[in-house]
Amino acid sequence: MSLGFMSTGCGQLCRKMSDVFFRYRFRQRQNGAMEVRISEQERQVLGDLMEQLRELLLSTSPEGQLDPSLRRLYPAAYVEETRYEQEYQRSTRDQLLERRLSHLDIVEATLNDVELDSDSVTAWITTLNDLRLVLGTRLDVSEDDESRVLDPEDPQERHRAIYHYLSHLLGEFVEAAGNE
Amino acid sequence: MASASLFPQNGWVGQTENSPTITDDQSPGSIADEDIPWVVLVWNDPINLMSYVVHVLQRLFGYSSDKATQLMLDVHNKGRAVVSNGSREKAELDVFRLHEYGLWATMQKDV
Repeated sequence: MSLGFMSTGCGQLCRKMSDVFFRYRFRQRQNGAMEVRISEQERQVLGDLMEQLRELLLSTSPEGQLDPSLRRLYPAAYVEETRYEQEYQRSTRDQLLERRLSHLDIVEATLNDVELDSDSVTAWITTLNDLRLVLGTRLDVSEDDESRVLDPEDPQERHRAIYHYLSHLLGEFVEAAGNE
Repeated sequence: MASASLFPQNGWVGQTENSPTITDDQSPGSIADEDIPWVVLVWNDPINLMSYVVHVLQRLFGYSSDKATQLMLDVHNKGRAVVSNGSREKAELDVFRLHEYGLWATMQKDV
């Protein structure tokens, strides 16, 4: 698994202090709503990524072969029982696709909002993770990648930078959502 | 979360506990898969964040922060962990919900 952003060992007071001293991007309000403070530029990048994800999701027919980068979005349920596995894929592939598209709809509709309700929070969290699964699969990331030094000559570096950006964003989001 | 409506309701529902049904594709004497317990496993992968896995386990199964964290650490250190168990129907629904969240989950007979 990826460590990403995780402030274990940092208690509630510590987190409050860091909210005060450092700019936070997500904060859960008393009424349960999530405050989102990300820049205009970040929202544009996310909107662009959402559009690409939607195209990719729709590019694969339900019955057909998957684009390899979508492999992680439709994992196998059964390791040994082939008959059950075929049945599982047949009955869930469409459901998983529909769920992802409806979450994408929600994220796109709330992309510029400064406050999210709990349904939108779930949609944002799962969609950010879907993006990471697709990008991470394409980049073939490993657990060692976190300590890797960025190489400006590498043509994949831009994607790698986006992947790491999404990791931090999701980590902060999950952290904020967990502090109810 | 998951709408269970598209999951087939025939086959394992309605069988009485004491009368396992032998179907054509099962060898004589074997117990129907629906009558034995299954376990749901989450596997380690290089993409999902540790904090995300804890979040999902808490959301889906209502586990405490401590329990979800321990399961996540088992996945991370041992490569996999059993996160739930039950009938084939229940296990399949749990796997589906984990797949909705993008976790690498599988199920197998608890033998």
